[in-house]
Amino acid sequence: MVLIYIDQDDQEIKKASFEAISYGAALAKQLGLSAEAILLGTVKNNVSELGKYGANKVHQVNNTALNNFDASVHSTVVAAAAKTLGATVLVFAHNINGRAIAPAVAVKLSAGIVTGACALPNTEAGFVVTKTVFSGKAFASIQIDTSIKVISINQNSFGVIAGDGTAAVQNIDTAVPTSKIKITATDKIKGEVPLTEANLVVSGGRGLKGPEHWGILLDLAKSLGASTACSRPVSDADWRPHHEHVGQTGIQIAPNLYIAIGISGAIQHLAGVNRSKTIVVINKDPEAPFFKAADYGVVGDAFEVVPALTAAILKSKAGA
Amino acid sequence: MKILVCISKTPDTTSKIAFTEGNTKFDENGVQWIINPYDEWYSLVKAIVLKEKDPSILIHLITVGGADTEPIIRKALALGGDEAIRVNNTSNDSMVVAQEIAAIAKEGAYDLILTGKETIDYNSASIGSMLCALLDTTFIPNAIALEVNGTTAIVKREIEGGEESCETSLPIILSCQKGMAEQRIPNMRGIMAARTKPLKVVEAIIHNATTSIKKFDTPPAKSGVKLVEAGNMDEMVRLLKEEAKVI
Repeated sequence: MVLIYIDQDDQEIKKASFEAISYGAALAKQLGLSAEAILLGTVKNNVSELGKYGANKVHQVNNTALNNFDASVHSTVVAAAAKTLGATVLVFAHNINGRAIAPAVAVKLSAGIVTGACALPNTEAGFVVTKTVFSGKAFASIQIDTSIKVISINQNSFGVIAGDGTAAVQNIDTAVPTSKIKITATDKIKGEVPLTEANLVVSGGRGLKGPEHWGILLDLAKSLGASTACSRPVSDADWRPHHEHVGQTGIQIAPNLYIAIGISGAIQHLAGVNRSKTIVVINKDPEAPFFKAADYGVVGDAFEVVPALTAAILKSKAGA
Repeated sequence: MKILVCISKTPDTTSKIAFTEGNTKFDENGVQWIINPYDEWYSLVKAIVLKEKDPSILIHLITVGGADTEPIIRKALALGGDEAIRVNNTSNDSMVVAQEIAAIAKEGAYDLILTGKETIDYNSASIGSMLCALLDTTFIPNAIALEVNGTTAIVKREIEGGEESCETSLPIILSCQKGMAEQRIPNMRGIMAARTKPLKVVEAIIHNATTSIKKFDTPPAKSGVKLVEAGNMDEMVRLLKEEAKVI
């Protein structure tokens, strides 16, 4: 059986989990196994709806103490449930919580693990998982040599596949250790899609010359319904908040569309965005290295190009 | 208080990524090696900052690798840290590396174990979580701030779309990222002192890998950028809608 971990935050199932189920269901089909999910704690979502992503069953540990994440507690509960249920492959999203527990679960199950997978395993001879390495600059095909296997799947690399279907939800009774962590505050940016979950991202660099010029970028983001990001120099200079910094040392993202404005495309920046499906670069310097990594480019003054692009998008939306 | 800082050797961020031996081995030719930036800038410097406030703190560094990791561990000692341990195991299986570190950590009874949030070569982000299970110790991932007050640790961590603050008691394992500390450069005094700091070599005890790398590939080159005239943004919108199908 393929067991897929469902991540929740504030009693909402995370989008990354829908992708993990879609991936786990495809893998279960490939192996001729059933796809089952495990949910820790209680959520506001209708859990049986996870069936539409391919989960045959959802095992729920109905304990509100699990609504607060603790890597030690969560990995203990998932590993115990996996043993009880006889799971042979475990799938996690490679998001913050997924990568915090998948390796611990692998230890507890004496399983081999590949984190950051970007495709379904090749199971023709053995069990070989392809993952991104060197911050997206290469892929490694890694064989898992143990009988139980653990995989965490990179966000936005497989996609969410929704169909029809309802999952049977059943409680699973597992001992829940007491958490030693007391959460004292949660500070969330209101009303914004987290960058790692955004499909469309508009990002600005030093070429915008100062925080007072961000209006044109925000207008473009609004016209698309996109999230906003920035390069490291911009966040270091406090032009934009640190949580917007994408790149090697910031957040690594893989949206469908990444629009880079006034960003030259240093290798450290590319390491954070090179898994994006489509990259658009707007820069007045035709020699900017980012153009080599881009799908579409505009050589021109951002202060003219960006408002023109916003207007064209709004015009297109009004016509549609 | 005793701190264990996990140090990994990685290629410099600007290194050319290429492979040899039928794409099964990383091509080390001409590669400049550095301390994994997350291990250096955030874990190690954070440990040093804590020691500056409380000089009774002992900082041990650990690396799992061959003799070629020694220049890196000497550089880490030049930044700070009291002594280093190298476990002579060249495996690149995270499970093996974590078990080697756990064996040393059990003996040393550390109050705080720090790792970077991931290495920039294999990007596995696994060691902290594995140590959590191997040592049965609280693990907080993606830590961006830490204060230690007696045996209480106050930690802030990144969550998707925000931050979470929590309190817990030592011992703990943290994976560190941007925010924990600021990058430093070793000074001459540190470099001189590092020469005589103890660097203990311990023989490998774990030999059973759970995974094996079959091959590497480099991503197909982009077919080339399609340039759109600055005055023709309607065309850009058309391409994004009809060709790329992303909006």
